[in-house]
Amino acid sequence: MASQDRTERPRAEHQESLWVLAISPLVWAAHFMACYLTAAIWCAKQGRGAELGSVRLTIAAYTAVAMVAIAATAWMGWRRHRFGSAATPHDLDTPADRQRFLGFATLLLSALSGVATLYVALTAVFFETCR
Amino acid sequence: MSPERPPEGPGRRPGEPDAEDRALRERPPEEREEPGGRDPRPLPQAPPPELRTAQEHRLIQAWKAPKGWRYWSAVNNTEVGLWYTCAAFLFFLFGGVLALLMRVQLAVPNNDFLSADLYNQIFTLHGSVMMFLFAVPVFEAFSIYVMPQMLGARDLPFPRLSAYGFWAFVLGGTFVCGSIFFGAAPKGGWFMYPPLTTAYQPGIGADIWLLGLSFIEVAAIAAAVELIVGVLKCRPPGMRINLIPLYTWYILVVAVMILFAFPPLIAGDILLELERMLHWPFFDPAKGGDPMLWQHLFWIFGHPEVYIVFLPSIALVAMIVPTFAQRPIVGYGWVVLAAVGTGFISFGLWVHHMYTTGLPGISLGLFSAASEAVAIPTGVQIFCFLATLLAGRVVRSVPMLFVFGGIATFVIGGLTGVMVALVPFDFQAHDTYFVVSHLHYVLIGGALFPIVAGVYYFFPLVSGKRLSDRLGRIAFWVMLVGFNVTFFPMHLTGLRGLPRRVFTYPEGLGFDALNLVSSVGAFVLAGGIAVFAWDVLRPKGRQPYAPRNPWNAGTLEWLAEVRGKPWGVRSIPEIDSRYPLWEQENFVRDVDQGRFYLPDAAEGRRETLVTSIIDAKPEQCLRVPGPSFLPFAAALFTGGVFIFSTYHWWWLAVASGVLALATILVWLWTGTAVIPEKSAKDVGLGVTLPIYRSGPASVGWWAMFITMLGDLTAFAGLVFGYFFYWTVHEDFPPEGATGPGVLWPCLGGGALLAAWLLTVLARSANRSGRRGLFYTGVLGGAALAAAGGVALVVGLRITGMDPASHVYPAIVWVLVLWTVIHAGAGIVMHLYAAARAVARRLTPEHDTDIANVTLYWHFVALTVVVTVAVIAGFPLVS
Repeated sequence: MASQDRTERPRAEHQESLWVLAISPLVWAAHFMACYLTAAIWCAKQGRGAELGSVRLTIAAYTAVAMVAIAATAWMGWRRHRFGSAATPHDLDTPADRQRFLGFATLLLSALSGVATLYVALTAVFFETCR
Repeated sequence: MSPERPPEGPGRRPGEPDAEDRALRERPPEEREEPGGRDPRPLPQAPPPELRTAQEHRLIQAWKAPKGWRYWSAVNNTEVGLWYTCAAFLFFLFGGVLALLMRVQLAVPNNDFLSADLYNQIFTLHGSVMMFLFAVPVFEAFSIYVMPQMLGARDLPFPRLSAYGFWAFVLGGTFVCGSIFFGAAPKGGWFMYPPLTTAYQPGIGADIWLLGLSFIEVAAIAAAVELIVGVLKCRPPGMRINLIPLYTWYILVVAVMILFAFPPLIAGDILLELERMLHWPFFDPAKGGDPMLWQHLFWIFGHPEVYIVFLPSIALVAMIVPTFAQRPIVGYGWVVLAAVGTGFISFGLWVHHMYTTGLPGISLGLFSAASEAVAIPTGVQIFCFLATLLAGRVVRSVPMLFVFGGIATFVIGGLTGVMVALVPFDFQAHDTYFVVSHLHYVLIGGALFPIVAGVYYFFPLVSGKRLSDRLGRIAFWVMLVGFNVTFFPMHLTGLRGLPRRVFTYPEGLGFDALNLVSSVGAFVLAGGIAVFAWDVLRPKGRQPYAPRNPWNAGTLEWLAEVRGKPWGVRSIPEIDSRYPLWEQENFVRDVDQGRFYLPDAAEGRRETLVTSIIDAKPEQCLRVPGPSFLPFAAALFTGGVFIFSTYHWWWLAVASGVLALATILVWLWTGTAVIPEKSAKDVGLGVTLPIYRSGPASVGWWAMFITMLGDLTAFAGLVFGYFFYWTVHEDFPPEGATGPGVLWPCLGGGALLAAWLLTVLARSANRSGRRGLFYTGVLGGAALAAAGGVALVVGLRITGMDPASHVYPAIVWVLVLWTVIHAGAGIVMHLYAAARAVARRLTPEHDTDIANVTLYWHFVALTVVVTVAVIAGFPLVS
């Protein structure tokens, strides 16, 4: 156990969870549903030709919150992925490589979720009315 | 005899690892070890031969399938998985024949080969059969077969549940398909849009679709529960989450998708069937309903469904490609990204089937954006496969031919998918043959070709014999050519304006030649499939058996001996690598000689290991049940409920329901939570594990949790309906609506919540051995639950809520009935737990039953709170 002097220990099993993979995609999903419901209810209640006005600002706010959450998750994933000497493919039967793998997958899913969130947000950039 | 490793040399991955790869693997040595000591190693010496023979004899006795007519009571994954797969392929061939009939009808203009009515039945059944009876079940079926092998497990945790799912599937599928021979098949398209299916199709076709397929959806969810628990809890020791085969990653994602995609459809089915049967006007605009709600609920299911079909097929590719590249997959983490990412984003696409329904432009824009985003993860995995092939040395083979053909075809379908995901283009192409072409490129390229590749690849594992390379190549080229000749021209017929689902067309509009070419191509494609079917079915008596692991693959399923043994795996190995057959020294020898875990069935029971979710540490020696006709009987009686209801034979339906309940109770009583004769068992290599676990440590608890997540999703679909009506109506609840008020819902809800608290109390009373308090808890809980259910219903009746008069009372009734039915099931569970305690099958130490009942009641409590908040609270604030 000489290694403990040089490196911190990898996370124990009970500190890990598969749910970390789902955080960023869930943020994407929440952002997506929030945008959709806000726009759908607004357009249903205000009429088809209505200006989007404050809806676009609301979507911008949702997007800012979502991107912060996704970035934080990505950062957490990045740190776990970089634990010790970090190189893919993270395929050793060790707690350290399991931690790196989960971190790496979290990072990748965060990147995808970030891009997908921005795609969705772009809709509000281009649409000015419900039509 | 236990054969040693095949020629490539023991313990090494074939092919020289390049320098970069080697450098990556040079890690500090301390990282290769557990902080708490090394993993257990296999026994240094093989057990003496006479002991091994005795062990093998006991294992065979425990695991062998029954003989004679009792064969059909088998529940082994190898039997049920095989039946299930074969049944799915039979439905596939049936759906294919329907397609050929359509192509005959459309070959020439003004054809009268089929009547319009029969044509409608045929195209409806073709779509429904291919989606519900082939594409989804075939993956579940094959996963039931192969997943235990891939995980070095002896079986999945709930073998009888698999058998139940299979029988339900066969029964429901035969019922739905058989209807066409009586001219009574559904004819509203595979998506059953109202008002066509509510106001204009009085026959029983739509009911057959709704009830028959709901029954199959229940079976699909049962299989999903089984597969999720299998992936998470039944892996071999040491197979950490970063080491599991990619196939199981995909299956985990897809099973979770089923759990969230199918329930909204079941919710929709309930609403549509209530409208057809009892005239509750959910989709009738004259009484406040809205047909758009059906489209939302259907496509919240329908779009993920496409990925539920596609991902398992790609999972087969992810197993086949490394084998024939003879190297590990490139970008394992990226493929996991693709699987999980696609799984999530596919739930944000459903409105792209509804672009032309008049939704606001901004809504369409949001879904269009998500539809483009899903192309990213889909593309990532394909690049990973290509990189693996480039980095390895590709072995030419029939499975790879189908993989290449499938990927190329799928990419074309993906590109037309990006086109129709764009709103302006879709406005032009919607409901034309362009879409027919697109979806067949996606499904045949993305699912059928990989599945055929999978059949060629896994056939030696199943039957011990290889399929013919020559016939395989012929089948491939004939299918590829036939497919493209059929479906490529449909892009053009669609762009020229031929609508889908028409039974004929006038001549001279530019469709004639294209349609004839498509029809010819369809028969060529069918010829290719016939060659493939012949290759599978032809007698192979004189053909020699294939060698073990014929493709020199690296994953655990190829441990299977040729002329497979019923035990699944001789001893359950300790895993250190993603490709143990390539990378672990003497691996096959150690497994075969019983040097790993559970090499014996000392008590003659069927046993497998349960391990932890992240690091696969051994947690339990799980005893799984053996052969039984109970799952068959349960499927027969539950099927009866659905089938008799179709014909409105209510008394038979009720009788069938009572028999189903009784069968299931006998099944649970005799087969689950059995108290073992000893508390712990030595499973070998110095590891002793408990045999009985309860609460979150048990597989049953997880199955309940997962099932109830799906149940909650269906409920969410109904609640969505309530708020959907609020969104689309100026005033909802409508002016003058009296009910249900606040008093009765709160009384009922309060009683139900008290029942929940008493259930929780009963669990802890049992644990501390206070039996009197336990009985008070469960029996009092049952009484309060009954009172609460009655109060909820009485409230609606007193306040004059007539569900047939308007959609508002109808949706409130549905929410209340959903809650009451769940309370009713909860009462049965209370009484069951009490009876188990009386029979001393539920004790303070062995409390699985009450732990699972309590978990169920947590979900009921959530349902009650939401229902009361919506029906009593929302009218106050709106």
